[in-house]
Amino acid sequence: MDKTTTGLLAAGLGAVLTVAGLAPATAAETPKHGGTLTYMIPADAPPSFDGHRETTYATVHATAPFYSVLIRVDPDNPSSTTDFVCDLCTEMPKPTDGGKTYIFKIRQGVKWHDGSPLTAYDVATSWQYVIHPPEGVTSARESYFVMVDKVEAPDPSTVVFRLKFASNAFLPGLADPYAYVYKKAILEKDPHWYEKNIMGSGPFKFAAYELGQSISGVRNPDYYHEGEPYLDGFVGLFAPKQAVRVDAIRADRAAMEFRGLPPSARDQLVKELGDKITVQSSDWNCGNLITPNHKKKPFDDVRVRRALALAIDQWRGAPALARIADVHTVGGIVFPGSPLAATKDELQKVAGFWPDIDKSRAEAKRLLKEAGAEGLTFELLNRNVDQPYKFVGTWVIDEWSKIGLHVTQRVVPTGPWFEAMRSGDFDVVVEANCQGVVNPLMDVGKYLPSTVYTENYGRFEDQKEIAIYDKMVHETDVAKQRGLMREFENRVLDTEAHAIQVLWWYRIVPERSYVRGWKISPSHYVNQDLANIWLDK
Amino acid sequence: MYRYIVNRVLLMIPTLVGAAILVFLLMRLIPGDICVVRLASGGGTFNAHAVDLCHAEVGMDRPVIVQFLDFIWGLCRLDFGISMWSGKPVAYEIAVRLPVSLEIALLATVVAILIAIPLGTISALKQNSWIDLVVRTVAIAGIATPSFWLGIVVILAILDITDALTGSPWMPPIDYVSLWHDPIRNLSMVFWPAITVGYRYSAVTMRMTRSAMLEVLREDYIRTARAKGLLEQIIVNRHALKNALLPVITLIGIEFAFLIGGLVVTEQVFNINGIGRLFVLAVQNQDYTLTQALVMLTVVTFVVTNLIVDLFYAWIDPRIRYG
Repeated sequence: MDKTTTGLLAAGLGAVLTVAGLAPATAAETPKHGGTLTYMIPADAPPSFDGHRETTYATVHATAPFYSVLIRVDPDNPSSTTDFVCDLCTEMPKPTDGGKTYIFKIRQGVKWHDGSPLTAYDVATSWQYVIHPPEGVTSARESYFVMVDKVEAPDPSTVVFRLKFASNAFLPGLADPYAYVYKKAILEKDPHWYEKNIMGSGPFKFAAYELGQSISGVRNPDYYHEGEPYLDGFVGLFAPKQAVRVDAIRADRAAMEFRGLPPSARDQLVKELGDKITVQSSDWNCGNLITPNHKKKPFDDVRVRRALALAIDQWRGAPALARIADVHTVGGIVFPGSPLAATKDELQKVAGFWPDIDKSRAEAKRLLKEAGAEGLTFELLNRNVDQPYKFVGTWVIDEWSKIGLHVTQRVVPTGPWFEAMRSGDFDVVVEANCQGVVNPLMDVGKYLPSTVYTENYGRFEDQKEIAIYDKMVHETDVAKQRGLMREFENRVLDTEAHAIQVLWWYRIVPERSYVRGWKISPSHYVNQDLANIWLDK
Repeated sequence: MYRYIVNRVLLMIPTLVGAAILVFLLMRLIPGDICVVRLASGGGTFNAHAVDLCHAEVGMDRPVIVQFLDFIWGLCRLDFGISMWSGKPVAYEIAVRLPVSLEIALLATVVAILIAIPLGTISALKQNSWIDLVVRTVAIAGIATPSFWLGIVVILAILDITDALTGSPWMPPIDYVSLWHDPIRNLSMVFWPAITVGYRYSAVTMRMTRSAMLEVLREDYIRTARAKGLLEQIIVNRHALKNALLPVITLIGIEFAFLIGGLVVTEQVFNINGIGRLFVLAVQNQDYTLTQALVMLTVVTFVVTNLIVDLFYAWIDPRIRYG
């Protein structure tokens, strides 16, 4: 497999990854061919099959095995935040033109599932639809590619990306697992065809879809990665209820689910199945944040916002909460383990992360008194999702009570939750920043004012913060970029306390021990094409 | 009788129109936006332009009155439109789920009738005996036990028992196969939810049968029949039970209609891809077209079931037919 790690970031540490029970497949094991993998998809159904349009794992877990992508996170090392390899290209390119031009050579002999040849024109057109979607077409990831000027295919085997400015965020963005390569002729005839239909060039061919129940695929004999896929086929079963999924794994109706289960489910399966179950876990590129509404008094006062942050004991809360909820690691705004993330020493200087909680809470009380907000009463808006929203909400309310605040929680379904955030009908809200491929420069866009990033609900304006961000995105020197990231993080979490970053999520994936070859990554969107999975039965 | 049926069918029209207006208005009063839910459900990001495009795609950019007239015109043609969430025809979404819901409802009804009517009758005939006590205890337990809880217990019991007996835990299939395609797999899936729901259903019906029977057994014509020396079996089956069944039939009709769309939690427990789960999904996703169609389906089910019950009444009791 062609493989290139990305230059200066190569030294970056991968996500924390642990494996319990039996060890997963090792390099020494010889994969076996055959069998059908049955896995659970924790959803009712994907809203559509179109990866370009959708953002939910329900789409990528159901359809990624049917499609190819240009580059991807290395499926043999998916816990790395910097290791990208070719899928449809032949070699990871070295950028030219001062980092502004990337030329990809496309594999020859790749066939669509209908038997026709795949060319660079298909790849370039697909990327044009992702980066610059035509009128009437939705691309959920258009904003990841602000640095891209144009995508061209000068010949059937070459794709060229020309950037407006060099950026370290470009390659991670390109490895997005939703960026399926679609057939040019189909896209040009009907850009919405892929919403309801499937036809790719990936390791599995589409076999059947039972609405709200299952999706299945069979082995693509023409797949271009030699020897893969190992499975004869797969069946994904939709089941939104966790108890059903856990029972299904226990009874071997399904081998696993890829999104992640809470610690209690892991413990139950390990207890009941013993060595028949293997557990992989990793930090997750999703974190909860608490956002105060800056337009509402007294949260327009930075002293009150800082007090909210200073009251929370993240260091002692993390190990306790990790026993019952999908959270684990204390971190700043950047995914822990990424080269751009704050070290523990750096973090402990930021409000909300001080090592001495008594000192921190004393400062919080002082700030509240100074702001005339002692004994403040307010409402915390939360999403009606158990893991980990409601756990986090309940925890922070308890923490705030320790500085004399009286907080009630308003838990609402997803629709009204978004509506309340968008309309500003909240005091303080528990929300989340959940991203795919670890790409800190793009991932922290969530913390920018809504004039830049529409899905920031803090309702504030901060030109200085925007200026730091712009400088950081245009910077290609990693050391300087890291410094700017600290400046940005400090402003977001401390100086202005626009948001309170709380624990990062933790991904726990129990799988039947006969499942081999799959490795966990920090994102439940990544490494889902099933090509390297085999069954040791 | 013909005139009676025509009158009852005509009365259905204002009910359906009223329900259509109500559901259309209520859906638009609920806060939230399907496009926001759809675009952000995976935690991703989107902009106002994407929301506008989505609104145009699902037809929400049109004036509300146009949307309403479109909905009513669609209903007249039995065209429920396209699901705003999945983009598939609403009729298809419902057709995929209806067979399993119907199968469970029918099976649960059979279970309920087979258990409730004989036991309810015996309980009434043996009033205050130990048999009556046992039947009443079983019935009250059935009413008090939520079906979803019973479902969870049933699944766990199956898992634990099979694990203990065979060393390999077993649970009912969680993917539906039609009865015609694989009867054994189909029945091993729908049997358990049908039993779970049927227990509560039979408990309610059992109580109703018992009390109706007790009432009828005290009527003068039963006393007269006994005084005439008629066999007890004939008195019970031909005179008492037939009359006592009137309120029981009403109850069975209402419960059956409820089961078509109301097994929300039980369907989730058994991973049944039925109408109840679709209903919750449609409301959660703010899918106007699908919710409207499902409400109308429920209304039609109730109205038609009531019509059948009324016709049954008329058939059993000539006073209604000629009244």
